Amino acid sequence: MAKWMSVAQVKEKIKESSAEEVTASYLEVIGKSKINGYVTVSDKALEQAKKIDEEGHRGPLAGVPIAIKDNISVVGLPNSCGSKILEGYVPPFNAHVIEKLLAAGAVVLGKTNMDEFAMGSSTETSHFGPTANPWDLERVPGGSSGGSAAVVAAGEAPFALGSDTGGSVRCPAAFCGVVGFKPTYGAVSRYGVVAYANSLEQVGPLANNVEDTAVLMDVIGGYDRRDSTSIDSKTEYQKALVDDVKGLKIGVPQEFFGEGIHPDVEKAVWDAIHKCESLGATWEEVSMPNIKYALASYYIIAMSEASSNLARFDGTRYGFRENAENWHAMVSKTRAEGFGAEVKRRILLGTYALSAGYHDKYYLKALKVRTLVKQDFDKALSKVDLLMAPTMPNPAFKIGEKIEDPLTLYLSDVNTCPINLAGVPSISVPCGFTDGLPIGLQIMGKPFDESTVLRAAYTFEQNTDYHTKRPPEVA
Amino acid sequence: MAYENPDGIRIGLEIHVQLNKLKTKMFCGCSTDYHNAAPNTHTCPVCLGLPGTLPVLNKKAVEAAIKVGLALEGEIAEETQFHRKNYFYPDLPKGFQITQYDFPIVSKGKVVIEGEDGEHVVGITRAHMEEDPGKLVHIGSIEKSKGVLIDYNRSGMSLIETVTEPDMRSPKEARRFLDKFRNILEYLDVFDGNLEGAMRVDANVSVHWGTRVEIKNISSHKGVERALLYEIMRQKNVIRRGGKIVLETRHFDEGRGVTTSMRTKEEAEDYRYFREPDLMPMRVTDWIPAIKDTLPELPDAKRTRFMEQYGITDMHARSLTSKIMLADFYEGVCAKGVDPKTAATWAADVFLGELNYRDLAISSYDGRTIGFIHAKDPEIENSFKVPDMVELVTLFAEGKVSDRAAVEVIRTILDGTEEKTPSQIIEEKGLFKAEDDLVTKAVAETIAENAAAVQDYLGGAEKSLNFLVGQVMKKTKGTADAKTARELIVKELKG
Repeated sequence: MAKWMSVAQVKEKIKESSAEEVTASYLEVIGKSKINGYVTVSDKALEQAKKIDEEGHRGPLAGVPIAIKDNISVVGLPNSCGSKILEGYVPPFNAHVIEKLLAAGAVVLGKTNMDEFAMGSSTETSHFGPTANPWDLERVPGGSSGGSAAVVAAGEAPFALGSDTGGSVRCPAAFCGVVGFKPTYGAVSRYGVVAYANSLEQVGPLANNVEDTAVLMDVIGGYDRRDSTSIDSKTEYQKALVDDVKGLKIGVPQEFFGEGIHPDVEKAVWDAIHKCESLGATWEEVSMPNIKYALASYYIIAMSEASSNLARFDGTRYGFRENAENWHAMVSKTRAEGFGAEVKRRILLGTYALSAGYHDKYYLKALKVRTLVKQDFDKALSKVDLLMAPTMPNPAFKIGEKIEDPLTLYLSDVNTCPINLAGVPSISVPCGFTDGLPIGLQIMGKPFDESTVLRAAYTFEQNTDYHTKRPPEVA
Repeated sequence: MAYENPDGIRIGLEIHVQLNKLKTKMFCGCSTDYHNAAPNTHTCPVCLGLPGTLPVLNKKAVEAAIKVGLALEGEIAEETQFHRKNYFYPDLPKGFQITQYDFPIVSKGKVVIEGEDGEHVVGITRAHMEEDPGKLVHIGSIEKSKGVLIDYNRSGMSLIETVTEPDMRSPKEARRFLDKFRNILEYLDVFDGNLEGAMRVDANVSVHWGTRVEIKNISSHKGVERALLYEIMRQKNVIRRGGKIVLETRHFDEGRGVTTSMRTKEEAEDYRYFREPDLMPMRVTDWIPAIKDTLPELPDAKRTRFMEQYGITDMHARSLTSKIMLADFYEGVCAKGVDPKTAATWAADVFLGELNYRDLAISSYDGRTIGFIHAKDPEIENSFKVPDMVELVTLFAEGKVSDRAAVEVIRTILDGTEEKTPSQIIEEKGLFKAEDDLVTKAVAETIAENAAAVQDYLGGAEKSLNFLVGQVMKKTKGTADAKTARELIVKELKG
């Protein structure tokens, strides 16, 4: 069986054989994995697939396997968020996106590795050890949805769900040479997704191609009354898959091609822009002067929200507990033992930024910068239909290379996090290679104009072959 | 004459009230009817704060808060805005409480109370919405407890925290404010004060216009008054000895009736408030006209109407409207055509007095039957029916039973376990008013048998007359009308 199949091919295969057989073949590939992409492989996947076979393949994804990031709640599967502190916690409820997937007939293969509580860009901060990049096993897959991107790139799942708070879907997509999509804030319900920074994050697909991304979006998108920030945009994602960019105006923000960008990345992205031009689009440079403050603003807001979100992990009700003589000591010990260094760093920094005397200087200022960044996007996108830029300024780095230097690691989010501050949709699609490592093109659009973003990505993909390349090491 | 407030006392209150009449909790669909339920049975992933859950604001809770705001004559915010108050405590499942911060749903209201010098206005600074945490149950006493159990049934209940201006000038005024405030909430049908944990009060108090001290988490109106009386005495003595009052938080020990220091303000926690990112603002301006239409007649308006409509005294009207259910019961009785003034006397003076004597709190009224529960033991329940009160008042008004007998009927019903009408009770106990000739006979006998007392009375000792009336009452087993008996004796002896 072909290891890398599109969703359409998987569905064809299910028709020819059975959902059970297809699921079994993926489980077999997972069994031989060299990348540590899955934290938990579901022991119910085969049973689930069999049931779908028995019930006659109903639903748009009947029998199609999927991998789920380990911060999205699935009944019966541990939801560890890459942390020791959630040891033994199995959610009694499904996330909204999981309900939708199960209703569509999808089969959950398992939960994928991630940076602890989605805090990282390399999947190295996971309690379950790092995930390897299928293109070079010594390199990181990006993060925080590194497991989801890597298993798709390695053919261990046809597609996957990740979550994107500051680039956590797009960064690993770029590093692993797959498609990663962050929808507009509110387009997908966050119910059941463990919060890192509520005001920034969205669930998003990781897939082998743009079409599969749209297929998945049609299933998971839409209004959910349990998420007050969700919005019914009524977007029909697959309808956006038109191979035509004629007349589209592309903006190229210089601020995304800053200091330290790898020349091959810069060239690949410009080649992509010129490719779109050759297909009938036009491009112009746009200025987004406040982008340079985005990273600082992003980290202050994300850490502040995280410091509050993670307060519930106190050992009292579920998860890991380190016993002590009284409750306060128990909480201290549990959190000291249960959280990793990066999570602790962010909780401390976030707590500091919200503290009396610093709140206005840091948190409030960060919110003001956020408004300015949003205005930059509004202004730029009033003149053009789309923005194009590199997803990551550099290709995947070596495991261990940056982990001791948090600031350098934070800097790798420089091109992805402004999008989360603005809440706009953004996709990363493969657009080239440097020394055998994939490069990602980032296409950003107007709020709830996913259709134009997907249309441009689809057209680019239809006219290039980067998305068909497979990592040799895991082949 | 204006009250001078010689000790320069200022009291401000912060009152947490549970909107326990709502069907569901503040941010989830869990039922609020948990008071007799097993621990942790009225919970769900949302109110347990499980990872990944999100709050969804209960519109009914917002409506109730607006209702309270309108009743307090306050300003209503155009939209809702919520913040997170961050602190660690085992009863707080998310490690933060969703509350309102600088943008409360209600601001600038007022409540008029019967103050030290007549009507007195207490300003309402603000009233905001927030969620209740769970409840800690200590195994054994707090000091010697071997362990703590947590019940999250209460977690996520809707609360309204009301903050007053420091406008109260005595513990009595604070108590009156709380009584009035609770009364208003019960009129609005958003709150049942009889349920455990329904109202918790923090009181701020200062003397000689000085530094304030906060007394935390007092659970009864009586407790607030006692805590304030003690605290004022303590502060006055500290100053008398030349000491200084420090800004601090104190705890009220209900058992000993004293306040003890919990923490000074320097140790105060930093709650790191920030906007709750999971809730979007809800615009409520458009709701206000419709909510205004549903506002019931409030206590002051009802009192005035009762005086005008039924011709009863201010004191009776005040007392009858002090509980919405009592007011409704009274109107139910009047609607049956009995004399409203007589009914007021019986309902406000006798009936209410007998309830208070028994520590019974009015807990229900369904248009026919008014129910009570014991203030300390909710297992003890009883009720009284409108037709029974109508019958009793009618029998009394027609002169068929004496006032003493009527009181006896009320007591019998309140203490009884079987359902009996007043007539049945009167019949069984032989309480019908004695015939006139029976009384006349008893008077003649009494005069004949008590020569000494008769001589004393004729000699000018008025007290002896009371003794003689008592003897007549004894002979008639209380069925004689005391006033008639007195008149007959006087007539017999003095012509």
